[in-house]
Amino acid sequence: MMGQIIGTYLVAICLIIGSAFVVIGVIGLLKFNDPMTRLHAPTKVGTIGIGMLLLASMLQSVVAGDSSLHELLILAFLFVTAPISANFIAKVHIHGKSCPPVPKPPLDDTWSTLKTPSDES
Amino acid sequence: MITASGFLDFALLIAFVALGIGQILSMVRLVLGPTPGDRILALDTMVINGLGLVVVLGIYQGVQIYFELSLLIAMLGFVSTVALARFLLRGDIIE
Repeated sequence: MMGQIIGTYLVAICLIIGSAFVVIGVIGLLKFNDPMTRLHAPTKVGTIGIGMLLLASMLQSVVAGDSSLHELLILAFLFVTAPISANFIAKVHIHGKSCPPVPKPPLDDTWSTLKTPSDES
Repeated sequence: MITASGFLDFALLIAFVALGIGQILSMVRLVLGPTPGDRILALDTMVINGLGLVVVLGIYQGVQIYFELSLLIAMLGFVSTVALARFLLRGDIIE
């Protein structure tokens, strides 16, 4: 009985932490004034915010008696795909000229994403 | 002294309100967004907030059946983000 009460408090604390991160990330998405800076804030929504909500869901299923770890699958999927979609959006910003031009790499001629087919010989 | 289930109800209310505020503010960024990349980012954030809403609804009702729905939302959100970004980058999704 005591464990159930502590588990319920843990579920509530995880929910509050997750929703705080969601609100902070979305305010950052709205208030920042540079496209590349705006890309930085909502990734916290995808990892820590939703991660805490899924952790609360797992703890709730343990407290309710039928424990399941299915939410770990969603968590792993989100953690794998968040950097990939952020990389794609950063490429859209670079190629759409909506951010300052990237500095030259120290050793090579240019970045591979900016290379045109006529450069390859 | 507040009881444990009362505290959980309070936290669920906070989570619903926070995710709703998240949807509204990212929709503002979707309408304002000066560049196409910002609009893609706002759509991605809206999909992630919808996933969070479904998860919190599952906690609120105390059922497990929302698991498949949230997994499907996560996969569709990733695929649509990549398809939109790739369309803007190359002018074509599958070459």
